[in-house]
This record gives sequence, structure tokens and C-alpha cells, in this order.
Amino acid sequence: MSGFFKNAFLIAKKDLYSELRTRQVLGTMIIFSGLVILVFSFAFDPAQNTTKAVIPGVIWVIIVFSGILGLNRSFISEQRNDTMQALLISPMDPSSIYFGKLLANFTMILIVELVSVPFLFLLFDFHSIGSVGYFLLVLFLGSFGFISIGTFLAALAANSKSSEMLLPLLLFPVTSPILIGAVQATKIILSNIEKLPDAVAWMQLIGAYDVIFFVLCLILVEYVMEV
Amino acid sequence: MEACAEKEKVPVFFERKSSLEKALFIGAAAGLLISFYLIFIWSPIEKTMGLVQKIFYIHVASASTAFIAFFIVFVFSLLFIIKRKRIFDTYAKVSAEIGLVLTTIVLTTGPIWAKSSWNTWWAWEPRLTTTLILWFIYMAYFMIRQMDGVWEKKARLAAVFGMIGFIDVPIVFFSIRWWQSKFHPIVFGAGPSQQGGGVDERMLVTLLVTIFAVLLLYGYLLLKGVALEGMKITLNHRKEKIRERLIQ
Repeated sequence: MSGFFKNAFLIAKKDLYSELRTRQVLGTMIIFSGLVILVFSFAFDPAQNTTKAVIPGVIWVIIVFSGILGLNRSFISEQRNDTMQALLISPMDPSSIYFGKLLANFTMILIVELVSVPFLFLLFDFHSIGSVGYFLLVLFLGSFGFISIGTFLAALAANSKSSEMLLPLLLFPVTSPILIGAVQATKIILSNIEKLPDAVAWMQLIGAYDVIFFVLCLILVEYVMEV
Repeated sequence: MEACAEKEKVPVFFERKSSLEKALFIGAAAGLLISFYLIFIWSPIEKTMGLVQKIFYIHVASASTAFIAFFIVFVFSLLFIIKRKRIFDTYAKVSAEIGLVLTTIVLTTGPIWAKSSWNTWWAWEPRLTTTLILWFIYMAYFMIRQMDGVWEKKARLAAVFGMIGFIDVPIVFFSIRWWQSKFHPIVFGAGPSQQGGGVDERMLVTLLVTIFAVLLLYGYLLLKGVALEGMKITLNHRKEKIRERLIQ
């Protein structure tokens, strides 16, 4: 078991280190999230008060769209450099490769959130967060679920030549419970904090989804990463 | 892993027309005819919705059979992952195809009914939204099947996704029901506990007969589709053989 975590951390470290050296994906994700904010400012007038109601949705659209960019890269880059075979024949479980990739992607999406969410609040002049702790918890739970199933489906889609097109088609319908739950919980926490028990119930739903799919992916990833 | 040629061997079952298939054909044809009679002539016309309500029988029968079809996809995907026999993959594929067609029927008959009874084509209501997401999930399933590469890889990936998708559906339904619920009537179970509107006995009989007929049709199409896939495999196999002989 300790080998599982050791290998996973090794893979995550390798991915993050190569990201640190090339700065390809993270930079693109952050700039892209900025562009999404810009597009939303055209779609919903930031000067109007009603725009505050769409902020929770915008947050999750940013996470989902920029997340897709990172997920697409995580296995494609291995295939481009022909290192996927090396990873597969190395003496580690496919599940620890998956978990390592998940950790790397999760770290990157957290960095993107750390930059883009305050930026969004700043640009849309939004400063009434009901509870910062719960807000961070929702971000954490929702992103973890999205990234865990996303990493798994990215590994699946990487088998195809047109994986960039395939991944969103696979990912969006499967993650719809997370998107519904996360947007609802975020909405309650940001603007209607008296209804906190409802938000907690939504978070429990997301948590249950996270656990079910994380375990399922760990079991099934063996069949996705066969040579 | 065994050689591909070994698995390409087609069971005799593919080539002979089985008596089960014949029985299913007769059953499905007779069942559909009887259910059409029951729907259009025998069953009473609904008081408030009028004639449009008759689409409800086809709608519900397709929906329930589609769910069964997707359950069969799940079962055969699991079997394929464990046993790695091509026949299981073929069953999963054909069942998913039929399920997708039935879901499309559900998604077209639903709005027709909804327009006249709720006065709107579409409502973001749990069962509708879940069905739509279900449709998208199995469309994605066919996207995986259209991937390039050997069948073994595609079958393996599709089986994994077929299982993920099926496990996802109850969670999707639950989360959307939480999100908002106002439209779909609970028809059966007239007691105060379920707040159902109740249903005429003749309507219930008609519905059950229609569901049974569509199920038989599903069974027939499943066998027929598997036989067709088997023929395709055999054909490719023989073409390959001829090609080899010509080259030598």
C-alpha cells in the first residue's frame, strides 16, 4: 500500500516538475479562465445587480472548461513523447499511475481556481461571500470529483486519435451530478447562507459521488491502460 | 492474451436461425398488433388530455425497455471485462444500439405529449433531464466504438464506459430530482401515500401488454442484431482469408 502512494507521488512530482519547466498547460489554463471571465462580462452585464445570480455558474464553467484543457494534455503528452509504454511497463500499478496523474491535475486546477476565482470576484465587484470555509470546501470537493473522473476518461480517450474531441463528450454527461450539486451549493453559500443545511446536503451528494467514482476508477483503470 | 484469430471464430449460433428467434418474432408481431388494437380501439379516451394520451403507452413501454436494454449493456460489459469473449461485446453493442433508438423514441414522443398536456415542449424535470443525459452518455458510448484501432481495444474501452455510464444514471436521476421536481405525475399507486392520480384498469392492461410487446421486440432485435454482427465478422474473416490466398 505504501508503494502505491509512493509511486503515485512520484508520478505527480514528475508531472508537476515537467510542468514547472515547460509552463505549457498551467499558463494556458489560467489565461483561458481569464478569457472565459471576459466573455461572460459581455454575456452578462457586470454593472447590473442580477449578474450576481450567475456568479456560481460562471465559477464552475471556468473550472470545467479550463480543467478540460489540462486533462486533455495529461495523457496526450505521454503519448507524444512515447513515454506511455515506459510508464506501463515500469513496475507500478496502473492505479498508482492514475492516482499520480490525478494528483498532478488536481494541483493544477486548484492553482487555476486560486488565481481565477478572486479575479472573477474582483472584476464583477462581488464581495459578499457567506462563508469562506464552506466555499473553499465546495470548490475542493467539486474539483476533486471532476478531476478524478476526468483523469480516468482522459486515459480512456487517449487511445483515440481525436481524443481532444472525444473527452468533453464523455466527460460532461457523466459529471452532470457534480455540476448540479456544486453550482447549487455554491449559490447557497455565496448568496443565501441561511440555507446552509441545504448546501451541506448538496456537498454530501458531491462527496458520495467523489467516493463512488474514485473507487470505481481505481478498480477499472487497469482495463483502460492495457497495452 | 490469445491470438485474435482464435477469438474471431464465430459460433454456429450466429448462422442458424434459432427457434427462439422465430418465437420472438411471432410473439413481437402478435404482441404489437394486439397492443395497437388495445391502445387505439379498446382502451378508453382520457378525460382531460384526450386522444394525445394514447402516446403515453408507447412512451412508457419504450422508456422501460430502454432501461432494461442499458442494464443488459452493463451486464454484458461486465462479462466481457471478465471473460474477454467477443460474443459478450457483440451483445453489449447491439443492446446499446436498441436502447439508444428506444431512448430517442422516448425523447420524441415525450415532448409531443408534453406540448398538449403541460403546454410546453420541454421541462427541466428530473426524469426528462435524466433521459437526455442517458441519451448523451450512450451517444458517447458509440463515439468510443467508432475509435480507430483493433476491435479488442474498442470493446474493452466501451465496456468500461458502459459500466461507468450505467452506474452514473441513478446518481444523475437523484441529483436532478433534488434540484427541482414539479412536473411528472405519479400515475400508479392511487393511495394518499403516493398521491397518484389513479388509472383506469383497461389503461393499465393496455400499458402492460404494450410493455410486454416492446420487450419481445427488443429480444427479437437483439438476437437479429447479434446475428448480423456475427455475419459481418464472418464476412471480414473470409475476406481476409481470400486476401491471404491471393497474395501467396
